[in-house]
Amino acid sequence: MARAMRFEPRERVSVLAAAAAPLAGVAVALLLCSVLILWTGESVLEAYWLLLKGAFGTKFAITETLSRATPLILTGLAAAVAFRAKFWNIGAEGQLYCGALAATWVGTGLLILPPVLMIPLLFLAGALGGGAALLVPVILKNRLKVDEVVTTLLLNFIILLFVSYLLEGPLKDPMLMGWPQAAPIIDEGVLPRLVERSRLHLGLVVAVGAALMVWLVMTFTVWGYEIRAVGHNAAAAAFSGIKINRTIIRTALLSGGLAGMAGVTEVAGLKGYLTLDLSPGFGYAGIAVAMLAQLHPIGVLASALFLSAIYVGADSMSRGVNIPTYIADVLVATSMLAVVLSVMLTRFRIRFN
Amino acid sequence: MAVLEIVGVTKRFGSLLANDGITLSLAEGEILALLGENGAGKTTLMNILFGHYTADEGHIKVRGEILPPGSPDAAIAAGIGMVHQHFTLADNLSVLENVILGRESLWSWRQDKARGRDHILSMARDFGLEVNPDALISDLSIGERQRVEILKALYGDAQVLILDEPTAVLTPQETESLFETLRRLVDQGRSVVIISHKLHEILSVSDRVVVLRRGAIVGTVKTADADRDSLAELMVGRAVVRPKAEPMAPGEEVLRLHKVSLGGAKLDAVELTVRAHEIIGIAGVAGNGQADLANVISGLARPTSGHITLFGEGPAQLTPESVVAAGVGRIPEDRNAVGVIGAMTVWENLSSEDIRRPPASRGGIFLDKPAARARAAELIEAYDVRCKGPDAETGLLSGGNIQKLILARALSREPKLILANQPVRGLDEGAIAYVHERLLAARRRGAGILLITEDLDELMALADRVAVMYRGRLSASYAVSEVTVPELGLMMAGQNREAGENSKDGARHAV
Repeated sequence: MARAMRFEPRERVSVLAAAAAPLAGVAVALLLCSVLILWTGESVLEAYWLLLKGAFGTKFAITETLSRATPLILTGLAAAVAFRAKFWNIGAEGQLYCGALAATWVGTGLLILPPVLMIPLLFLAGALGGGAALLVPVILKNRLKVDEVVTTLLLNFIILLFVSYLLEGPLKDPMLMGWPQAAPIIDEGVLPRLVERSRLHLGLVVAVGAALMVWLVMTFTVWGYEIRAVGHNAAAAAFSGIKINRTIIRTALLSGGLAGMAGVTEVAGLKGYLTLDLSPGFGYAGIAVAMLAQLHPIGVLASALFLSAIYVGADSMSRGVNIPTYIADVLVATSMLAVVLSVMLTRFRIRFN
Repeated sequence: MAVLEIVGVTKRFGSLLANDGITLSLAEGEILALLGENGAGKTTLMNILFGHYTADEGHIKVRGEILPPGSPDAAIAAGIGMVHQHFTLADNLSVLENVILGRESLWSWRQDKARGRDHILSMARDFGLEVNPDALISDLSIGERQRVEILKALYGDAQVLILDEPTAVLTPQETESLFETLRRLVDQGRSVVIISHKLHEILSVSDRVVVLRRGAIVGTVKTADADRDSLAELMVGRAVVRPKAEPMAPGEEVLRLHKVSLGGAKLDAVELTVRAHEIIGIAGVAGNGQADLANVISGLARPTSGHITLFGEGPAQLTPESVVAAGVGRIPEDRNAVGVIGAMTVWENLSSEDIRRPPASRGGIFLDKPAARARAAELIEAYDVRCKGPDAETGLLSGGNIQKLILARALSREPKLILANQPVRGLDEGAIAYVHERLLAARRRGAGILLITEDLDELMALADRVAVMYRGRLSASYAVSEVTVPELGLMMAGQNREAGENSKDGARHAV
């Protein structure tokens, strides 16, 4: 006889359980991945120790991990905000490049201002650029019910090809021979270093500030209430008088703006100029960051740090032992599944009939 | 002799005791009614009987032989047929195809439709279940679809027929014809179990009533010895009296619809007036435009033609926001899908209609959580919403408490017009009495109420005037004293009421 399995919602989820669940998920993922490490014939403990050391072992490692986390925080927030309203923005990668493009346009000599004004202006331009990249998908969704998953995802490739065209043509730095690369951001616009002789820059402060701002907006404002209401139950939100289309446009602009700011941190903070390899998939990784954080803006800080530590640490580990860096992708993917599962178990208990 | 015995059946779901040692037997040629409120365990018991669930303890006997548990096939083979509350028919197949579906050998060369058709026609003749075997299900009315369900259940020569809430979607006439069929079935020696919470129907059709409460049998009575009040008290566990409306003189006009149409035939030139101190009841079989009427008035849908006047002038354009601001309290039909956001807290749901105004927020921008929580705590107290407090998750509340929350949100602002769409659907007797009392109190205060319901008892007890919706058209309205339930039933089936020659002056006019 077949036994049926049911999920029964728990009456009360303790704060401790809610906080411990993601950690338990990560522990399970580490255990699962150790099977793969054993397969390579290396020592599991040594591999994880090297990974940890690679991410946090030296001052240099820490600054590398933090500067890698900076764009991930912003793209993670972009996904977290949009997914709260059930607006499935998969296009943070393209929006990041739009932000970088806007910063390049404004920051390579269009106007010259002192850094105090120039840097905020670059972030504003980047946010507007990223938000603009979502305008067409959001209008198509509101007017014609076109699925935003498809439009935002495919727009990534269109934007990337467009940036490629610009870098080969109009934006190509005339001072360089042949390299498809834009002119550098003027000195006034370059984000100052936070630590001497490291790549860690002001962008981290901006990203952490953005996370706090998003948390405040989501928790303490009518806008945040409306975004949550639309995400949980659009029919009930519409019934009570919340304007669904307006809320979705607002959410999309916020989400795209955050992703665009990630482009600014990379172009004005890390690299100094726009190239086609500005982002190794920060936009897509942002989705994993948001899911790991259960869409919570403060959680995004922790999960962005976790992801960047794994990527930076795995790079360093692969130099020490014979394990390919792809273990980082596997580790991130299994962590995501394990965390989603463990969070579900804090909200439901399984019963067998 | 007992054709069917249920012996000591107990079933637990987690900590919930759904069936508690239930023992009962069904005699040949008997109609047994199983009466109980939502959650009393009726459907669970019947699902055990039919093999959808297995009992934790106890067993089922058919003609003295123990039925293997957990096997619908064994139940069918033993001659048990079940008609579910929600129809299980394939819309794009014919009546014949639906009835013989799954009853044929997989190894036969082709479908033997001729034999199936003959069998259906003879059953239809014997039991008064007229239906064209070649009609598509999608072309049939709800009453006809139910006949097909019954034919399907009887096709395998079922001797025991179980019907779960069979009258929920029927007009009074369709209900009467269903009962006629059931009587014919038992006259020919079959037996019937009917599950219901509608007292008058049970009194009119059954031979014996078994009353369930919280999973246990609390009484078994011969129908001949029972009356409405005693059954209601057994079912609820205490005396519950549904309030009745006292007569009141109508005041100023609060709502007028003039030639309101929506999307072609969804609403067709609807004329309607509601006055202060007045309850206008809208009857009709589900799906005849009541939902569209409610949407138009609550600002969720814009009429394609015609106009709506609220309180004499009304906002230029009706949106949920403007309607609420103008003084309309709305109780939506689907309380879980539209009425509340289950994943949000009680205070957030209580504030949802005025989140941009104090006390819920300051300046329309910042939430004022302490004030909103305090307001929610007052409303929880005033409307007796049973929950752990303003921060409880709304989705965990019972249906009755969610409805109280919605009432609190809609009525606490003292609306001048109340749009109540199926306000007591699926609630138990205690909650029904509470909701009705609240609506009547609002009427005494001066509100006009538009009550859309499929429950004619509710309509007759509360409404001053009634009108019937059929295929997007709204009939003229009649004073409740001028119209009978059978007349309403005919109108719900699309027949015009005689043009009121016998009615007094003023008793019939366009509302």
